[in-house]
Amino acid sequence: MTKQYESVIGLEVHVELATRTKIFCGCSTEFGGAPNTHTCPVCTGMPGSLPVLNKKVVEYALKAGLALNCGINQYSRFDRKNYFYPDNPQNYQISQLYLPICHDGWIEIETAAGQKTVGIHEIHMEEDAGKLIHDEWQDCSLVDYNRSGVPLIEIVSEPDMRSAEEVTAYLDKLRLTMQYLGVSDCKLQEGSMRADVNLSVREAGIKTLGTRTEMKNLNSFKAIARAIEAEKARQIELLEGGKPVIQETRRWDDNKEYSYAMRSKEDAKDYRYFPDPDLVPLEIGDPWIERVKSEQPELRTEKMRRYQQVYQLSEYDASIITGSKKLADLFEVTADICKMPKKAANWIIGETLKCLKEHNMEPEELILSPQHLARLIQIVDKGKVNQNIAKDVFRSMFKADIDPDDYIKEHGLGMVEDPELLTNAVAEVMGEYEKAVAQYREGKTKVIGFLIGQVMKKMQGKADPGQVGEVLKSALEN
Amino acid sequence: MIEQTALQIGQKIKQKEITVMEAVEASLMQLRKSEPKLHAYVTENDKIAERALKIQEGITMGRYDSPLAGVPVAVKDNICTKDLRTTCSSRMLADFMPVYDAQAVENLKRAGAVIIGKTNMDEFAMGSTTETSSYGVTKNPWDETRVPGGSSGGSAAAVAAGSAAYALGSDTGGSIRQPSSFCGVVGIKPTYGTVSRYGLIAYGSSLDQIGPIAKDVADCAAVLEVIASYDQKDSTSVKRDDMRFTDGLSEDVRGMKIGVPIEYLEEGLQEEVRESVVKAASMLEQAGAVVEYFELEMTEYVIPAYYVIASAEASSNLARFDGVKYGYRAGNYEGLHGMYKKSRSEGFGAEVKRRIMLGSFVLSTGYYDAYYLKALKTKKLIKKSFNDAFEHYDLILGPTAPSTAPRLGESLECPLQMYLGDIYTAATNLAGLPAISVPCGVDKYNLPIGVQFTGDCFQEKKIIRGAYAFEKMRGAWELPFMKKEVC
Repeated sequence: MTKQYESVIGLEVHVELATRTKIFCGCSTEFGGAPNTHTCPVCTGMPGSLPVLNKKVVEYALKAGLALNCGINQYSRFDRKNYFYPDNPQNYQISQLYLPICHDGWIEIETAAGQKTVGIHEIHMEEDAGKLIHDEWQDCSLVDYNRSGVPLIEIVSEPDMRSAEEVTAYLDKLRLTMQYLGVSDCKLQEGSMRADVNLSVREAGIKTLGTRTEMKNLNSFKAIARAIEAEKARQIELLEGGKPVIQETRRWDDNKEYSYAMRSKEDAKDYRYFPDPDLVPLEIGDPWIERVKSEQPELRTEKMRRYQQVYQLSEYDASIITGSKKLADLFEVTADICKMPKKAANWIIGETLKCLKEHNMEPEELILSPQHLARLIQIVDKGKVNQNIAKDVFRSMFKADIDPDDYIKEHGLGMVEDPELLTNAVAEVMGEYEKAVAQYREGKTKVIGFLIGQVMKKMQGKADPGQVGEVLKSALEN
Repeated sequence: MIEQTALQIGQKIKQKEITVMEAVEASLMQLRKSEPKLHAYVTENDKIAERALKIQEGITMGRYDSPLAGVPVAVKDNICTKDLRTTCSSRMLADFMPVYDAQAVENLKRAGAVIIGKTNMDEFAMGSTTETSSYGVTKNPWDETRVPGGSSGGSAAAVAAGSAAYALGSDTGGSIRQPSSFCGVVGIKPTYGTVSRYGLIAYGSSLDQIGPIAKDVADCAAVLEVIASYDQKDSTSVKRDDMRFTDGLSEDVRGMKIGVPIEYLEEGLQEEVRESVVKAASMLEQAGAVVEYFELEMTEYVIPAYYVIASAEASSNLARFDGVKYGYRAGNYEGLHGMYKKSRSEGFGAEVKRRIMLGSFVLSTGYYDAYYLKALKTKKLIKKSFNDAFEHYDLILGPTAPSTAPRLGESLECPLQMYLGDIYTAATNLAGLPAISVPCGVDKYNLPIGVQFTGDCFQEKKIIRGAYAFEKMRGAWELPFMKKEVC
């Protein structure tokens, strides 16, 4: 390959909004639930039923749009996208084509190469479809409408990204922003964030765009990165071989690390979009926008800055903790209760992340409460347990969010506070290990470590090693 | 008793002169007599006796204050009734049992209404004769060789035949008013947004309205008062505080300004209809109204705009009937698309298919701007043309339909000709206006003629006042079943 190629990438990201009820009816959006239990005449498309817009969905879309620096269409509308498929009970999806709620925004992403701005073409609101379950045993298909009508926003970027790294940074930024806004939990695995990748390649330096393909079924950041690399290579190979790239939708198979064509543009569907006559146009007045603006929560960049200024965290610590809204929330409440922000940060960056990794969990899955973590920090600070025991206690807290005080009490892990017990233990150890005592007194003071260990063992760990050292020292030197 | 109006029957029930059961039995007896000839119903309510007893008990306990409590009503078969089959007169919904009541039906039930049955209609309300029904044609009680009009032909025929004291219809382009005119009864299409569409199986969502069909204007006003309500389940529902429609029942039209569009009296109109409508106008003038003939612009564009918009919406609204969730599914098919194609081919009739194809076409890429968008713009101009007219007039008066009821079988031979019959009614749907049709005479074949009063948005009381006053001037109106048998 002699020519240099660059890939041009734009993303369509579907984000499931965390509203309590669906976009056009009062049914619950809760994940799981027996099939067709979160349904009603509206979200199952019964004849005569009508959609009514959930205001919270508009509110969340506004929040997302404002955070992504978008303009707001104060007069917006819903359109019907007509196509036949059984997961869609009406055989049309209510979406926004002509006048989407948000348009022309941007976000800053950060990669190894530095900062970059990615344009947001538009954000529109729409409804999710139900789920088809193919029962091969019975040779039939079943449909579950629990997801039908769950609210989504689709965030369409400009074709501003050039690499998998930029795409990952963009998605990460979107995910964090949505999580900080509280509008979505953005779990790729559960499908609450889904990305379609539009990619074309062109020779470096050329301004016009090549023919693009759209890739679907990308359900992890890693799959997205792999799919981008593979698609870039595939398109370059075609061009090098003098063959054209065909505009088509391709489905990524992450196991085979290969994508295959779903449908080409030639037989592309005509969705016959038209304004939904069942929904009145949406008018968003200035007061509504102003209110949402004034209620926007602190986003990551601001939070990082505040953690450094108010809690005196290092940039590195602040960046790790704010890398997840869940961790940031845990940190902030813990720090405010125990008034020891640095220690709170250490517990989160150290033990918490370690445990998450060991259990292969995401921070969002944490059940540990800040109240208990703060209490543990205070217990250690007061010298009631030593650091090693505290770590054991933490592991139990991580698993079941137990109260550290109760746990220490039940398991008898508290420090022995009777000074006589310690003096006795020291005396016993000195009696048992006369040789070591002699060595110390001959000047080989290093041996004290061994003796401390023996005392700790005798005390079943329920003593502060520092204190043990001091008592030992004074006994040895007398 | 069945000669009496719904309000009169309601009054008698209230005063304990008759029981609900007696009123129901009288209706049922008439139904047994007329149904074999007319076929106005698709489904009879087999739980009616139970319901009648329950309502009677409620009335005795003083639980109902509606003047219509206990009065038998027929409901068009595109309005959902819980646990009572609702077919839209289509094979597609032959077994469809709604799990909920339409809001209008819920309002009726709360007022103590007793549903006698579901009335025949053009399939999915597409048609002007009730001949496109999958369950056979309904015949006109005035002349059984003629159509009752449509699409609410069953409702109009049931009222005209006395088997129901009143009925609900739905009107997308004239489907309440035109059959009312053909059957010699009164029908109102309310302002868009006045009666909730929740539970009305949609044809053209931006045009559909449920409304009453009854023997006279007072009944219609009373029924409309019951069924109209602001409904949060319907986003197009309008909050109104002027819904005491019976307040409009006044005989005084002095000073009322009435405009008659010249375009409504031009060629294509049956001569006797023209004479009858002009006569109605002069009667109103004599009673003190100011009548003027004027030009109503855009009239020639009403039919094309209406059929483009209604068909476009219908093509999408009817997509849900696919054999997956409810309704008809073909017996043998290959694969998913095979199931869709066969179920829809076998489940829908010719007129429905024609409009689905027309609608799909006008929404297709490349045709959207030329047809659908242009039709929406035309709709706006039609609305403006009416706005201008209502700057000068309280009411617009004209014929309801260009002719009296045609013979059975004539209309479907040329659908385009049939579509042109909606010329005077469809404009009010496009503009969202209220309109009422009242009998104003008969032609040489003794077929009824209807005169239509159209008002500005939310001016139901004005059209009721004009129609009520005219009705009093016109004098008693005898439906065919009321006539003494000649020996």
